[in-house]
Amino acid sequence: MATEHALTPSEYITHHLTFNSKPVGDGSFWMLNYDSLIMSILLGIVVMGLVWWVARGATSGVPSKGQAFVELVFGFVDEQVKNIFHGDRHSFIAPTALTVFLWVLAMNAMDFLPVDVMHHFVYAPLGLEHWRSVPTSDINTTFALALAVWILMIYFSIKVKGLGGWIHELFCAPFGAAKFFKPKSIMGWIGLIASPLLFVANFAFNIIEYVSKPLSHSLRLFGNMYAGEVIFLLIGLWAATGLTGAIFGAILGAGWSIFHILIVALQAFIFMMLTVVYLAMAHESH
Amino acid sequence: MNINFTLIAQAIAFAVLIWFTVKFVWPPLLTAIETRQKEIADGLAAAQEGKSALEVAAKKSEVTLNEAKQKASEIIGQAEKRGSQIVEEAKGNAKVEGDRILASAKAEIDQEVNRAKEGLRSQVSALAVAGAEKILRKEIDANAHSEMLSKLAAEL
Repeated sequence: MATEHALTPSEYITHHLTFNSKPVGDGSFWMLNYDSLIMSILLGIVVMGLVWWVARGATSGVPSKGQAFVELVFGFVDEQVKNIFHGDRHSFIAPTALTVFLWVLAMNAMDFLPVDVMHHFVYAPLGLEHWRSVPTSDINTTFALALAVWILMIYFSIKVKGLGGWIHELFCAPFGAAKFFKPKSIMGWIGLIASPLLFVANFAFNIIEYVSKPLSHSLRLFGNMYAGEVIFLLIGLWAATGLTGAIFGAILGAGWSIFHILIVALQAFIFMMLTVVYLAMAHESH
Repeated sequence: MNINFTLIAQAIAFAVLIWFTVKFVWPPLLTAIETRQKEIADGLAAAQEGKSALEVAAKKSEVTLNEAKQKASEIIGQAEKRGSQIVEEAKGNAKVEGDRILASAKAEIDQEVNRAKEGLRSQVSALAVAGAEKILRKEIDANAHSEMLSKLAAEL
């Protein structure tokens, strides 16, 4: 904390919540938060590499402890997917769910790294002014994941129902379209008037659904992780005030860390479940 | 907190990671687990099969044992019957043989008696003739009266 004493609270928080951005082009969009990118890719390689390493030597006989653990995770994810998606889950959806779960879990778990200790002993010696080690507290990461799932959702929708079927569903679900026009019945006349209204209502609903899905998907994870990080920073601020603050800060920090284990795992699980649910819904036709 | 190019970079990283899992991580794990599941199922089925086979074998052995027991008792019964039969036969044979021996002995005895009688008779007749000769030395011609004498001997 020695280096932090010169900072005001707002400077301290800002310091810990600033990304290392590198411009890759003109305009505010063409910036790259390379701490998020490096951390997420590193974690992806470590986590999936470990699982791959175990999977490569997987035996159908008596499993090693490592394999048993990986199989436990595998079974857990596979079970969840099996309950939601009824189709050939092994070719894409279940492995995707495993990737999402483990990767997001690992990225969330970076929240347990004590920010100031890491800064003092790892990042500062490496010559880094500041470093964000939790990729999922970067809206870009969570939105990238949600957007990828969103694209997969549309891809599977079109793949399963055909382009025509997908467009048909955009306009004729969830309320359905009116029956064909029959001039002799009153219902037929009502149908004729109702049809365009139904198309408009259905389309509006589907657009809302398509917009809200990736937003809620990404913002839920981002909000939880960002809030967690901010609370750690606030506890850190208190810890910097003196001996009493340090003692209470340590106790509160430990408590919040323990509670945060639940949030980290839960948010990873929720993110995975929503991914599976969205992809499964894309396979269902109305 | 701005949306920027990181979004696209992360999406690409995500896509690569999914591809990697789909291609290299999931299949070997799935194969290992499914193979093990199949092996366990097979093992359990084999155990069940062995159990039922054991039951069948036990039943069969019991049946065979019973058959053998029945056969053995049958054989023993037959043997007993045959034994008593043999004894009966032997008894009969012995009786017949005994009777035969007895009969032949009796016959021999009769023969001996007859022979003795014959001997005695001829001796008695000779004695009678000798006696008569002595008494009737002169009057009786042996040649003239031999017929009468032999008749007399036969009557004795």
